[in-house]
Amino acid sequence: MAEQPLPERQSPLEPDYHPGSHGNFEHGVDVILSETRPGSILQLGAWPGEEKRLIEVIRKVTGLALPDGAGGGASSGARAVFGFAPGKFTVVDEAEGLAATFAGVITPAIGTLTDLSHGRTAIRIAGPKAEWVMAKFFAIDFALPAFPLGAGRSTNHHDIFAQIQRSGADQFDIYVFRSFARSFWKALCHASEEVGYEVQ
Amino acid sequence: MLITCPYCGPRDVIEFTYQGDGNRERPQPASQDLDAWNAYVYDRLNPAGDHNEIWQHSGGCRAHLRVVRNTITHEILSTAFARGGHKAEGRS
Repeated sequence: MAEQPLPERQSPLEPDYHPGSHGNFEHGVDVILSETRPGSILQLGAWPGEEKRLIEVIRKVTGLALPDGAGGGASSGARAVFGFAPGKFTVVDEAEGLAATFAGVITPAIGTLTDLSHGRTAIRIAGPKAEWVMAKFFAIDFALPAFPLGAGRSTNHHDIFAQIQRSGADQFDIYVFRSFARSFWKALCHASEEVGYEVQ
Repeated sequence: MLITCPYCGPRDVIEFTYQGDGNRERPQPASQDLDAWNAYVYDRLNPAGDHNEIWQHSGGCRAHLRVVRNTITHEILSTAFARGGHKAEGRS
């Protein structure tokens, strides 16, 4: 069967996505909010004992080497990967079609692949007050030594499950359920008002 | 109350779901020993003190954990992945 082109993806944030400066920005914009709209968001799971083989598959396909340890991750501009649970990883690519690439190499003996590209929304928060705003949402330590560059965390905000990756010293990428994304986005905008925020 | 998830580190108890008493021993599914099933379903030690429990980090990595909690002080004495030999593994 010929490959059908995917329909253009609509952003769930659109009715409440207003580029420009908002809130208390007279003294400067301290966080920048944006939707990164990656083409591929995948969840990979390794069967018990197969984690090392899956990490090797991820390295071969994406070129990203996962560091040892819980919640470790890495990113390279267009691609990102991080552990969010024992033996489970989120892999993100700007381009569509990453699921097809992985489908051929994650054998049933290694683990599973779930394509969440249409099921998750990726929101980026960056700026000198990003840690501050994030700390109002999630009861985890956002300081750089406790949450190193590239690392991932699973947590939730009022029952909205969130996967968070630190993609810069003062930048975080948040992956939330698409169906809750607009509600989460509005809450994030409200939380950012006090520091002044810009939507890009 | 903080529970230290072996994967995620210390997290607030609100992220966790209690999955029941960790002392229960589930009979083999084919077992017709009614006393054993009765004990599995109803008998609880209910200690005032250290208690083996199963929790799930449902608001985080979703791993099932075996936790020893003091029922008087709520102190968490130990946490570990439930997978790997705990007798309550595979509880339903």
